[in-house]
Amino acid sequence: MLQILGQNILNALQLGSVYALIALGYTMVYGILTLINFAHGDIFMVGAYLSLAAAAFLLGLHLGLPAVVVFVGAMCFSMVLTALLGVTIERLAYRPLRQAPRVSAVITALGVGLFLENFTLGLLGPEPRHFPTLISVGAWEIAGLTITPLQILIILGAAVLMVLLDLLVGHTLLGMAMRAISYNRQIVPLMGVPVDRVISLTFAIGSAIAAAGGLMYGLAYPVLDPYMGVRIGWWAFIAAVVGGIGNIRGAMLGGFILGAVEIFTPMILPSSTYRDFVAFSLLLLLLVFKPTGLLGRPIFERV
Amino acid sequence: MGSPSAPRANPRFAPTKNNFENELVFKVIMPLLEITNLSHNFGGLCALTKFSLEVKAGELVGLIGPNGAGKTTIFNLITGVFKVHEGVIKFQGQDITHWRSHRISSRGIARTFQNIRLFKELSVLDNVRLGAYARHAYSLLDAVGRSRNFRREEERQRQRAEALLARFNLSRYAGAPARNLPYGEQRRVEMARALISEPRLLLLDEPAAGMNQSETQELIRLILEIKEEFSLTIILIEHQMRVVQNLCQWVKVLDFGETIASGPPREIQQHPKVLAAYLGQDGALVEEEMENSASRSVIVGQ
Repeated sequence: MLQILGQNILNALQLGSVYALIALGYTMVYGILTLINFAHGDIFMVGAYLSLAAAAFLLGLHLGLPAVVVFVGAMCFSMVLTALLGVTIERLAYRPLRQAPRVSAVITALGVGLFLENFTLGLLGPEPRHFPTLISVGAWEIAGLTITPLQILIILGAAVLMVLLDLLVGHTLLGMAMRAISYNRQIVPLMGVPVDRVISLTFAIGSAIAAAGGLMYGLAYPVLDPYMGVRIGWWAFIAAVVGGIGNIRGAMLGGFILGAVEIFTPMILPSSTYRDFVAFSLLLLLLVFKPTGLLGRPIFERV
Repeated sequence: MGSPSAPRANPRFAPTKNNFENELVFKVIMPLLEITNLSHNFGGLCALTKFSLEVKAGELVGLIGPNGAGKTTIFNLITGVFKVHEGVIKFQGQDITHWRSHRISSRGIARTFQNIRLFKELSVLDNVRLGAYARHAYSLLDAVGRSRNFRREEERQRQRAEALLARFNLSRYAGAPARNLPYGEQRRVEMARALISEPRLLLLDEPAAGMNQSETQELIRLILEIKEEFSLTIILIEHQMRVVQNLCQWVKVLDFGETIASGPPREIQQHPKVLAAYLGQDGALVEEEMENSASRSVIVGQ
C-alpha cells in the first residue's frame, strides 16, 4: 500500500511538473495584463508538436546522436519557436485591444486558441502522432518504487526552469518591471521601462516554458493530437487559479495539486473519468471560499 | 552620482573630451529644453494654448497658476504621457515631441507626481531600483544564466539605490512597502526614484503639496542641494507662491491654459494679471499667502 502511494506521488510529481510549467504562462500573462490567455493551452500543444518535429528530424538524420543531444536540441528548437509564436499572438491579437474592454481580449484569446487548434488540424490531419522514444533506458527499482530516468528528467528539468523563473521574476529588474506594470501600467514608462517590450518578453517566456512542458508531456505521454491543449490547458488554468492567479509560486503549487488530483482520483473514486469532475469541483469550492487562490493576496478595488 | 568633492561632475558626460565639449555647447548656446507653441485640448476643452518655454542647463524654472491652469498637462506632454498634437518639444537640441515615454525618460528627463505615484506594494528600495531600469547593462540571457555581468550589474544598481536612499534619509525604510511610509517620506522616495535614472532635467510636480511651513522650508533646502549635487536643471510646478519665490530664477504663470506672465518671481508677484488670476480663484487664502511670502526675507541662502 505504501509502495503504491509512493509510486503515485512520484507520478503526481511528474504530471504536476507539466501542469505547473503550463500554469506559469497563464499566471504570468494574467499578472501583467490581467488577461486570461485562453490560447495558452494551444500554445502548449504547438510547443509539443514542434518538439516532436525537431526530435523526429534529429533522429531521422541517423547520425546516432545521443538522446541528450536530441532532447536538448528539440527543447531549444521548440522553446524558441513557441516563444516567437507567443510574441506574435500578443503583437497581432492582444496589443491592438489593450485599451478595449477586457471581454474583447478574452474572446480574442478564445478565438486564437480555436485558430491554433484548427490550423494544426488542417496541417497535420486528425490522426494522433506518436512522440519518438528518446529515453528508453530501463527503470530503476529503489525501495520498491519504479523510477524511470524520464521521470527524473521531467521533475528535475521542470524544477530547474521554475527556479530560474522564480529568480528572474523575484530578483531581477525585469521581474520588478513586470510586477510594476501589473500595478500601474501608466507610470512605468516614465521610469524608462519599455512596457511593450516587457510584455512581449512575458509572452515569450511563458510560451517557451509551455513548450518545454510540451516536450516533457510528449515524452511521458507520447500521443499528440491537435486538441490535446484544450483539456491540459484547462487543467493548467485551474492550477493557476487554485494557486492564486498572478502568483508565480502559486502556479507551481497549483500544478502539483492538480497533478495529484489527476493521479489520485482513480484511487479513491471508481474511475479516472471522474478527474475533471474533481478538478472543476476544486475550482468551484476555491472560488467560493478563497477566491484569491491559495497563495494569492486579496485585491482591493479602489473605490 | 555626484560625489562631494566634485559636485558638478555628471558621470555620463565627464569622461571624454568630446562629451565635455558637447556639454559646453549645451550650457552656453543651446537651451536644454525648448518648447514651442505647445497646445493641448481634452475633447474641445483647451487645457493648454501656445505654450513656449526655454530652459537653459542649470536653471530652476517655476510654473505656477491656479488649479486647472494646465501645469501638469505640460509635464504630461513633455514626458510623453499625453500625445502631442500641436507644438514642438526639443531636448538637448533633439526633437523629442513624438517620442514614447520610456525613451524620453532614458534620454534624461525624470519627474515626480502631484499625487504620489509609487508602486505601493513594492519595497522602497525596489521602487528606487526600478527608476534605474534604463541604466541597466545586461541582457535577458545574462539574467536567465545569472552571469557574472548580471550579478555585478544588479549589485551596482542596488548600491546606487541604497546610496540614494541614504542621501534622502530613507535608509531605515528600504525594506518596507512604499505604502507604509508617511506622506513626506513618500515624496522623497519619488525624488530618489527620479534621480537614480541620472536625469539632466528634473520635473517636480507640486513637491510641497500637503506640507506645512517647516516641511516646506526643509524641502526647499533639499531641492537646492540636490540641484547642485546632481547638476540638475529643474522645472517646478507649484501652487504656493512662497515656494517659487525662494527657489526659482524664472517663473511662468498660467491660467486657463494660457501664459499670462513670465519673469523673475518678484516681478511676477506684482503683475496685475497674476493677482487677478489668483484672487479670482480662492482669493483670501492666496492673498494671505502672498503677503506672507512678501513680508518674509529669503529663507534659504543662495
